[in-house]
Amino acid sequence: MNDIVEGLWQAARLVITLDPGLAEITLRSLQVTLTATVIASVLGLPMGAWIAVNRFRLRRFAIAILNALMGLPPVVVGLIVYVLLSRSGPFGVFGLLFTPTAMIIAQVIIITPIIASISHQAIRELWADYHDLLISLHATRAQRIKTLLWDGRRALMTAALAGFGRAIGEVGAIMIVGGNIDHATRVLTTAIALETGKGDFGLALALGFVLIALAIAVNLALHMLSGTERGSRW
Amino acid sequence: MVSAILPLVLEDVELRRQGKRILGPVSLTLEGEGITVVMGPNGAGKTSLLRAMHGLERINRGRAVWQGGAEEVRARQAFVFQTPVLMRRSVLDCIAYPLILDGVERKMARARAETAASQVGLDVTLTAPASVLSGGERQKMALARALIRAPEVLLLDEPCANLDLHSTAEIERVLIAARDRGTRIVMSTHNVGQARRLADDILFLFDGRLIETGSGDAFFAGPETPEAMAHINGDLLP
Repeated sequence: MNDIVEGLWQAARLVITLDPGLAEITLRSLQVTLTATVIASVLGLPMGAWIAVNRFRLRRFAIAILNALMGLPPVVVGLIVYVLLSRSGPFGVFGLLFTPTAMIIAQVIIITPIIASISHQAIRELWADYHDLLISLHATRAQRIKTLLWDGRRALMTAALAGFGRAIGEVGAIMIVGGNIDHATRVLTTAIALETGKGDFGLALALGFVLIALAIAVNLALHMLSGTERGSRW
Repeated sequence: MVSAILPLVLEDVELRRQGKRILGPVSLTLEGEGITVVMGPNGAGKTSLLRAMHGLERINRGRAVWQGGAEEVRARQAFVFQTPVLMRRSVLDCIAYPLILDGVERKMARARAETAASQVGLDVTLTAPASVLSGGERQKMALARALIRAPEVLLLDEPCANLDLHSTAEIERVLIAARDRGTRIVMSTHNVGQARRLADDILFLFDGRLIETGSGDAFFAGPETPEAMAHINGDLLP
């Protein structure tokens, strides 16, 4: 109990004094995860819509794989990205290992299946509603996907937020490919792991509370910006 | 108006679903002007016939042939569904949607949608979401959306099902106005009174087959088949 109170106290102090170390790793957390979420959304949302709208061989197989990939273990993703980006790996020449870019790559791999799968579910229902109309109006394939993505934007925002949630709290992959280097690749989650390992529970808890507050703040901000839950159904 | 995609010729069109014949074989030619009303009891194949004409259903045997290129044929007909499809947009954007697909600039499309809405007598806040419309208003919205491309052929599947008399009368007024502008209309209805008021021609379906055709006046004066007779008199069919 003492640890938690201590942690809250320390968190408050860190936030109020705008601790430069805390600000730095918080901003890096945000930067890495927001970038990864945007990239994964750009990839995952159309992918989900495309799978919902098209009938092709192996479609069920593709959906099953996508759903399975949602449970991709971050540590394994981190390991694979590490091997690919390491000096002796195929992409070693780019020198990306232990940079925020490597962390973004790993997170994109982890959350793209989540975003694609959730958006597929949402778009599939919308497609059932719109199917006859869009066929009747002979919308092209690209127009159909565009319409479904736009009209399903609220559900798709949920998909993106689910991806964000997974990425912001993820530690396994970014620890491996980022290396938790101070002033370079240290983010909230890796810092928490480090402080816990050192036995500095107060600081670890403080960082944890900041992390939770950050996740809530991003969700609230997006909801306010997009005005969800204001109208009745859409 | 010079017809480009008519006549529509159906040759022995047959639809099967799950091994059951649901329509056909039906052969007919659709040309000229006016309103053709498709009548028949539930399950007779009215919806299937309309959807097959529009190309929404896979035809298992026979064929439906429009005149002109596929692109033109698709662009110059419109369909109104029994249950209007509501997009998760404002009423105005729902109506403007076909124009947006055609690449019309948004502002222009909205202006034309406003005109279309007033033509069908849709007197609501056009910026409100479509989901707040009442049943009659939804059908009017769907009608405005169907008419906005000025189609040559308009197909309607039970446009007045579940509507009260007042809304029905308004929809009929819009349909008659469209016909007078040269739009060829094919619609199905359960309502014998509505068929009497609107039909220039009748297609009477029974058990998936087209068993009687003719001008509206002749059909209602003296139907040739006992099934059609029973249907207009409201008798129960065996």
